[in-house]
Amino acid sequence: MLRYLLNRLISLCLSLVAASLVIFLVIEVIPGDPAAFMLGLNATEANVAALREELGLGGTLPERYWAWVSGMLTGDFGTSYTYRVPVADLILDRLWVSLPLAGYALALSTAIAFPVGLIAASRRGTATDYGIMGGTQLGIAVPNFWFAMLLVLVFAVNLQWFSAGGFPGWADPMAAIKALTLPAIALALPQASILARVMRSALLDTLGQDYIRTARAKGLSRRQAVIRHALRNALIPVLTIIGLQFSFLLAGAIIIENVFFLPGLGRLIFQGITQRDLVVVESVTMLLVFAVILVTFLVDIAYAAADPRLRRK
Amino acid sequence: MIRLPVSLLLGAALSTGFLAAALLSFVWTPHDVENLVIANRLQPAGGEFPLGTDQFGRDLLSMLMVGARTSIAVALVAVGIGITLGVPLGLAAAATRGSLLDEIIMRGNDLIFAFPSLVIAILITAVFGPSALNAILAIGIFNIPVFARVARGGALSLWTLDYVLSARTAGKGKVRISAEHILPNIANLLIVQATIQFSLGILAEAALSYVGLGAQPPTPSWGRMLAEAQTMIYTHPMLAVLPGLAIVLMVLGLNLMGDGLRDVLDPRLRRQGT
Repeated sequence: MLRYLLNRLISLCLSLVAASLVIFLVIEVIPGDPAAFMLGLNATEANVAALREELGLGGTLPERYWAWVSGMLTGDFGTSYTYRVPVADLILDRLWVSLPLAGYALALSTAIAFPVGLIAASRRGTATDYGIMGGTQLGIAVPNFWFAMLLVLVFAVNLQWFSAGGFPGWADPMAAIKALTLPAIALALPQASILARVMRSALLDTLGQDYIRTARAKGLSRRQAVIRHALRNALIPVLTIIGLQFSFLLAGAIIIENVFFLPGLGRLIFQGITQRDLVVVESVTMLLVFAVILVTFLVDIAYAAADPRLRRK
Repeated sequence: MIRLPVSLLLGAALSTGFLAAALLSFVWTPHDVENLVIANRLQPAGGEFPLGTDQFGRDLLSMLMVGARTSIAVALVAVGIGITLGVPLGLAAAATRGSLLDEIIMRGNDLIFAFPSLVIAILITAVFGPSALNAILAIGIFNIPVFARVARGGALSLWTLDYVLSARTAGKGKVRISAEHILPNIANLLIVQATIQFSLGILAEAALSYVGLGAQPPTPSWGRMLAEAQTMIYTHPMLAVLPGLAIVLMVLGLNLMGDGLRDVLDPRLRRQGT
């Protein structure tokens, strides 16, 4: 296990280096002179030179890459050109919206998908199964931001149970959770549909295995066999999908924030784009990619912990 | 005669309907979508405007038709990018299984997988500015590793089969075997994957256009229609409901078609009940 862990850890680091190189290349090399790019066409030569100085664009490309990466490692993400504050502070502020939102949605989607998938699998071929499968088919086809708009229409505009948007901050945790509830539901629905389908087919796979027949033969009830043997083995593919879904949830959170006017990473990055604040865009994309790679790594580890056969690879 | 699954027929009908509407929009739409007639703004459905008009006086039905064109074009080209780059990579990786080339291709795949298409779109847009082309590129790049994986996975099991072995003994090289024997036999897998990626592409295009990273005005797009409808949702909810419904039906149609195709093309899967 230790050897496996070490192996995965090295590949995690290599992925991060490769990803950071790609982002650096796109943001700092392709535009030519980032300083001139950020200031636009009407900038004077002196202003461009000053910004170049400020952004530390004097050095060679390897020097600049190293300065960026080593800065991030010590928590220095540069200074936003438009906000005039450290990007790290901006990100930290916004993370407190985006991360809980993605986590909330992940919890909801898992909480919905597990029982639904379980019911569909154990009633395979019945009207319940077909109903659930049809429902999930629809759930997959619904764009989450549109579903979010419908939720606003029904629960905020018509019923007035929730506010249509905005975020009160974490000073009042209940209010904050309430403000994140509609966005989390909107995010969770399509993911839950996918997850329920995966759960169902994974369970059906394991239910056909010999060890389930053995378990039943030695006197376990169907329910016991499912819970003790099938569920555990079905968790492996389900876990992979949950891991994969995290990156979709994070991306989804960024989009959903727009519907509910939430001050999260999404708002930060879209403002960064319109204001040509490359420092913000560069660091936030790196952070997003880091999150995806980290989750993939964690899933791999959880995988190996759940299934010893995978460690040998 | 083969009995076609209901899902395939229903899915094909929905998809063909949208495709037909999109094609028709090239030659005819009920109204001109680039001509803003403010006097006609926010007309109710019926009469001259079958589905009503938006806050700029544009006919909603015409907008939806041209929007279908944008969605389909973006998703189609993105699938094309994924297939033309991903499939050869996957075939090459499978043909040289275990080699350095295989390792490089698969690691490259993993790297792209770490960039959700939204992040790719953000990076491209930050540097080149927003356009429909960016959406195509972002979704297309994301499709490359998907097709590479499917192609590699399908090809790997074929390489162990006898007829491939006999082709090798006959002196055919890896490239020829891949093209003549492997590719035709993984075509089914690729077709099913293509329908799935097509529907994901429609969803992704809508999301990117919604946040302003996709098609730019005045090009109508379902995602942008939703973004523009957002401020009108309190007074004119239909403006937000209809484009979303179009997306759902289109994606649902493609997914049903994909499921049905899989059942027809690969009967083994049907028995497993996935």
